[in-house]
Amino acid sequence: MAAATAGRGRRLRRLERPAISGVLVREVINFSSYWRSATFSSTVEPTIYLLAFGFGFGSLVSRVGGYEYVEFVGTGTVATAVLFSSAFPAMFGTFVKYQFQRTYDAILAAPVDTEELVTAEALWIATRAGVYGCVPMLVAMVFGLDPAWGMLAVPFIAWISGFGWACFGIAVAGRAKSIENFSYIVSAVLTPLFLVAGTFFPISQLPHWAQVLAQLNPLHHTVELVRHAAFGWAGWIDFARVGFLVLFGLLMWRIAIRAMVGKLVD
Amino acid sequence: MAELAIRLRGAVKRYGAITAVAGLDLDVPEGTCVGLLGPNGAGKSTTMRLLTAQAIADEGELEVLGYRLPQESKQARALCGVVPQLDNLDVTLTVEQNLLVFAHLYRIPRADRRAAVERALELAKLVDRRDTRVDKLSGGMRRRLLIARALVHGPRLVLLDEPTVGLDPQVRQELWALIDALRNEGTSILMSTHYIEEAQRLADTVLIMSHGEAVASGPPSELVSEHAGTDALEVYGGPARLAEVESEAEAVGLRTRRTGTSVAILGVDGANGHGFHGERRPANLEDVFVLLTGEEIG
Repeated sequence: MAAATAGRGRRLRRLERPAISGVLVREVINFSSYWRSATFSSTVEPTIYLLAFGFGFGSLVSRVGGYEYVEFVGTGTVATAVLFSSAFPAMFGTFVKYQFQRTYDAILAAPVDTEELVTAEALWIATRAGVYGCVPMLVAMVFGLDPAWGMLAVPFIAWISGFGWACFGIAVAGRAKSIENFSYIVSAVLTPLFLVAGTFFPISQLPHWAQVLAQLNPLHHTVELVRHAAFGWAGWIDFARVGFLVLFGLLMWRIAIRAMVGKLVD
Repeated sequence: MAELAIRLRGAVKRYGAITAVAGLDLDVPEGTCVGLLGPNGAGKSTTMRLLTAQAIADEGELEVLGYRLPQESKQARALCGVVPQLDNLDVTLTVEQNLLVFAHLYRIPRADRRAAVERALELAKLVDRRDTRVDKLSGGMRRRLLIARALVHGPRLVLLDEPTVGLDPQVRQELWALIDALRNEGTSILMSTHYIEEAQRLADTVLIMSHGEAVASGPPSELVSEHAGTDALEVYGGPARLAEVESEAEAVGLRTRRTGTSVAILGVDGANGHGFHGERRPANLEDVFVLLTGEEIG
């Protein structure tokens, strides 16, 4: 039976679908045992940001960057939800799976290579981010954000961004010596990127150098794309932003694979 | 000559300054069970990792089921089952879900998946526990599931890394029966262990490893007669007396080994006890093991 599926002489390729779908099946079956907590943390946190900033800050300023403040934050926190449901689970989940549960040892003993494992894990996390990313926008609709056809693009924007952040998280986990190392990444990388993404205030308020740097921030492009999806596209510059997110994803994907090969294969 | 399920020639694996596997030659003929015996740190687990390409050899030729490693490792892994030393089951999933996940990972066609899971459940005697979460199983059941998971796709070669470590004797016997049944069906097996009785009972051939090298190999009974003779004499006494016995035995050309509480004088064949008084017993694989791998753990 097994001989029929992988007979001698047939050279197996890189990135095979059965290997990737096998890892995905494991994640989907596992998800049935923890979906409540994952859904809770991935949706409640950005929703709290939305409510706190939307109503707290929103009582001081009614309009920001030409939008109602609730609309501004409601679309901006989509990027926050994407980050929280991709980079963080990727970092902690990957570390726990290779260090404590030794899940990856079991998977790599099967006909699955590290490249396929990392790809499947990132695809899975990206898909979750694509779904969870929409939650703040849906909550904002309750508080007055008007639905628009362009919003149908939001899950895809969240997916592309989520894939890059998932790979980023996997790469961090692959390089980390201990789980405590994550504090450096969270404080020095994720928090600044999260704050200067244009989520809570427009980056046009920032000094010029920070505005230039923000153009390298994938979260900023996520925020802008989601706003444009909700309030009207901006033409070629949106294509450039999508292109930037795709490049970010591809780059992080290769870095994550390299980091995990270093971690999992002696 | 029978086909080889595993063929290693001069396999070397270094970790920085440490050489974990130092030019190992290893043959596992198809349909046989080979026991890899050695003290902790002898390189058994590293050898196992080399065979699944989770460690890449620095030197040497490695073949598993005719596939060259590491290039063709994925093909080889599709036909192998691996039972790891450390339990890595998904503990929040049920018994059946764990098997189902591996039925997917081992690419069993959709139409055969159900039957494969059922067969594995029966093999592990866990049919009644199919819906039990793994973290609710006893240690013995978890081990059986870990073995069944490696057999779900009907592998031609099974790698068992210390399959019964840390289990009580009843559970160990249960697993031995399982492994023996597997061997009788013609599955090739490589089993690392530091339990001598386990190797003696299950292995057709034993390879004794020390410091990353093979120091002896052969059927257990041949290894015993070649290295330790037929009979041993256990002489008891205080430390001073034991040291004395050792030098007296050496003087008449007999080999000895410490057992902790006694000195075993080896090769006291026939009726002649060379004038020593003690308890006579048949020589065993443990004598060979200690003779070849040293009395002290390095």
